[in-house]
Amino acid sequence: MDVLQSNIFELITIIFYCILIFIPLLVGVVLALYADRKIWAAVQKRRGPNVVGPFGLFQVPADGLKFIFKEIILPDSADKTVFLIAPIITLALSIAAWAVIPVQAGVVLANINVGILYIFAISSLGVYGILMAGWASNSKYPFFGALRSAAQMVSYEVSIGFVIVTVLMCVGSLNLSEIVLAQKNIWFFIPLFPMFIVFFISALAETNRPPFDLPEAESELVAGYQTEYSGMPFVLFLFGEYINILLMCAMTTILFLGGWLPPIDVYPLNAIPGFVWFILKVTLVFYMFAMVKAFVPRYRYDQLMRLGWKVFLPLSLLAVVLTSSILFFFKLAPGMS
Amino acid sequence: MSISLLTFYLFSSILLLSSLMVISTKNPVHSVLFLILAFLNAAGIFVILHAEFLAMILIIVYVGAVAVLFLFVVMMLDFKTSLEKDNILQYMPIGLLIGLVFIAELVIVLINTRLDLSNIQILSNPLDNFSDQSNTEAIGSILYTNYVLYFQLSGVILLVAMVGSIVLTLRDREGVKRQIVSEQVDRKGKIELVDVKSGEGVDI
Repeated sequence: MDVLQSNIFELITIIFYCILIFIPLLVGVVLALYADRKIWAAVQKRRGPNVVGPFGLFQVPADGLKFIFKEIILPDSADKTVFLIAPIITLALSIAAWAVIPVQAGVVLANINVGILYIFAISSLGVYGILMAGWASNSKYPFFGALRSAAQMVSYEVSIGFVIVTVLMCVGSLNLSEIVLAQKNIWFFIPLFPMFIVFFISALAETNRPPFDLPEAESELVAGYQTEYSGMPFVLFLFGEYINILLMCAMTTILFLGGWLPPIDVYPLNAIPGFVWFILKVTLVFYMFAMVKAFVPRYRYDQLMRLGWKVFLPLSLLAVVLTSSILFFFKLAPGMS
Repeated sequence: MSISLLTFYLFSSILLLSSLMVISTKNPVHSVLFLILAFLNAAGIFVILHAEFLAMILIIVYVGAVAVLFLFVVMMLDFKTSLEKDNILQYMPIGLLIGLVFIAELVIVLINTRLDLSNIQILSNPLDNFSDQSNTEAIGSILYTNYVLYFQLSGVILLVAMVGSIVLTLRDREGVKRQIVSEQVDRKGKIELVDVKSGEGVDI
């Protein structure tokens, strides 16, 4: 009985931690949506949302409420079960990945040894939400959107994988906290700068952000895989997408920008708690995401595939060979000196 | 009953049920989706066995790459017309044969371990100090030392398969215009600067 009791207690603690992750994430998504629209507007010399609440801050919650009260329209010829499961999968997977993200030294829900592989696995599952949505809608535009998205995500996952390998060779561990701690002397975006660029662009493609938002290119495919969705399922897709974007920003921060570490380890800077640095860096990367959306035109599909397979794949493969050679011959690899 | 045992029963029962659904649903897309569910639950069982590296690789390789392409192909098939014609009995003999082979293998393995399920030892145990190593380190230290030849060979086999499939599908079609980016960007010899005299124009 005692074992069961302690197990139940453990379960309740885990659920409490999950809520502790989920609520800030939700606030983060709302702010990210708002920031995205504001930055986009500023680049185009518009005002952006400015009516609801102070500075238009309540625009996103107001939109959300509107979607919640709208009717969920199920297309007559859709595969209804798969149609409704798809957005749930998208949102659940995007939240699940946050379980291993360390926001500060020791502050992480699951400090697992294969953290980076876990994130890679979860983000490779993300394509199923889109594929299922596109197929279950039983309509031409969503289907094309889903096919494009699947091909795109599988292609760019390859180069993301190789970039992660180069970083891992410098760290010697798959644990995300140890990846951050390995950057105590120098953040990896300085020695691995080309890989930082490759990762950033691949992250844009992986999250279907402009200029790689071909799966939902409104000029060709209406709204891609989301065309038939309305009401709450649509909101789930929207939130899943933005949580994924924030996840990719967090991944860039952890892999290249030193996670929760301050820029220099001196007094006034290292007195600030780590999660503040983490949030600041994630915000900076998200700002770059938003700026790219504002001023880069959309790619053509063959250009997208060319960039993924003919430019990034050889480049990242070369980087793997080069990095491992340098680490080996100069005896810099972890555990070699 | 501990939570890990409970989760084991949860994962394994979902695994068995979804594998059953893979072969019993009429819709091919549904069966691929159930196959993915089965993969995920197998990965869950790996995690319970503390083989987290294998679990993640299973998800990344099979669910993230292989099953996506599988689903990709199945979704584009026009399966509605072929549904009624299918005769289950047609594939029965070969299915039974494969099933028998699998059952025979399982029985052989179980007899060799003498059904002592409380103390299953891995048949060949090349690592002595497994407990103080992480999963990834342990696999790497075996794979790149004792089994480096087999590892490289399997890589070569995959490479041959890849090259083979590219050669089989590659064909030259006539009249296809390809974008050559270097040619497009390079304007040397393609632009001419001409001084135009007022009122005379230029010949093109």
